[in-house]
Order: sequence, then structure tokens, then C-alpha cells
Amino acid sequence: MNVKEIIGPLELTACSGQQGMDKEVTGGYTSDLLSDVMGHAREGQVWITLQAHGNVMAVASLKELAAVVLVKGRRPDEEAAAASDREGIPVFSTPLGAFEASGILHGLLNARDKKP
Amino acid sequence: MEFNYHIEGGDFSRAGSASSEIKKILKQLNVDSRVIKRVVVALYEAEVNVVAHAREGEMRVMIGVDVIEATIADKGPGIPDIALAMQEGYSTASPRVREMGFGAGMGLPNIKKNCDRLDIESVVNAGTTVKMTTFFTG
Repeated sequence: MNVKEIIGPLELTACSGQQGMDKEVTGGYTSDLLSDVMGHAREGQVWITLQAHGNVMAVASLKELAAVVLVKGRRPDEEAAAASDREGIPVFSTPLGAFEASGILHGLLNARDKKP
Repeated sequence: MEFNYHIEGGDFSRAGSASSEIKKILKQLNVDSRVIKRVVVALYEAEVNVVAHAREGEMRVMIGVDVIEATIADKGPGIPDIALAMQEGYSTASPRVREMGFGAGMGLPNIKKNCDRLDIESVVNAGTTVKMTTFFTG
């Protein structure tokens, strides 16, 4: 499953970093604490959060995450959008809350794993 | 090889840039990706600590054949009780820093978990020096 394939189900609007749309999604991580993500997220995961500032992209880049999903209609600030374009890590906005977005992504990942 | 970076206190827009440079260098040197991942977590947390708490700091990174040694020395408030600061969940970060999602009291524990040797020396009202060592061959 690549980043593009989660756009529909998670009701995503692309904000920046669109050159990274084909990145492989290996999982998801939901947290608003940057050190939590730094310590526990893994490469290729989609990060679901309401933090929309530039440091989110510093963490996403250092951890080589597949994409960042901002919940409740939040959009990346200028710094975050610029870093997202520079690093090729897409940032999306969804009207959904973190709980709903995480549930949907979890379902997609489970369905993928169950495919023969 | 030795690399030096200046870290400006309070400048969150640059936080992580020194760690990012070191990550690139380690990749070029073909260091095991698992080692790079650990080193990057520890370096980033140390870098953010300087930005969040200190006036300024210097990161000095020495890369040897089988080891990376990073020393992050800052001028700042210092840590009165290092054992307390090492406890997960303990933080003295400002409300502004916490709102950004930092200051959850996970930084120092993250550093400890992601390096092989950690030494912290601190003088209150002067500054803190964090020295971390990670070997390339686990």
C-alpha cells in the first residue's frame, strides 16, 4: 500500500510534499508528543497528529516516515509545508479526528495483511 | 573525523538540523541503518534540549572506525537533580514548549535508550554537558 491509496479512505487533502505520494506505507503512529514519535515510530509509518509546525517535519524526516496526516482540518504552517516539499514527505489534512483517522488506517493495514 | 555544530537556544526552526547533518554523514559512511536510527534519536533529543532549555550550545561529534561519540555542551540553567531529570515524565519545559509537543519528559530517557554510554555533567546556572557514545558493532 502506498501513500496515494490512503487518500480516499482517510478523506485527505494534499497540502505539500506531493513528490512523496508513492512512498510505501508500513504502518501508522498516532501521537502529539514529538519525543514519543522520535522514540517509538518506525520508518515508513504514517504519523497522525494535530501538531502542524515545522518541527513535526524535522522528526518525520529523521525517522523517515511515509507521510504526516493533520487531523481536524489543521494545515501545515509555512515552515512545515516548506520542509515537507524539501524532504518529499507529504503532509495531508483530514476533517476527521485522530481516533477516526487511526481506526480507518488500522483497518486498511489489516485488510492489506490479510490479502493472500 | 570531527564535526562541530552551533545550537541556538530558543530557535526551534533550526532544531534537528545538526542531527540531520550527522545522519547524512553516517549514511554516506555506510554505517548500519539500525545504528544510525539509534544515534539520530539520541542526537535529536540532545539538540532539542539545548534549544528548549539553554541559551546556546555546541555539538561536537567524533566518528571513528567503530564508534560515534557526541558531546553536547550548553550554556544554560543546568540540571539540579540529574537522577530526577532522567525519570520518564519529568520535565521543566515551559508551557510554550509543551504546546509544541515537546517537554513530555521523554528526551533524556530516549537518549539513554539509544546510546551505549551516557555521561551527563551539569552545573546549576552555568550549563550542562551530555556525552554519548554508540558503537557500530552491537
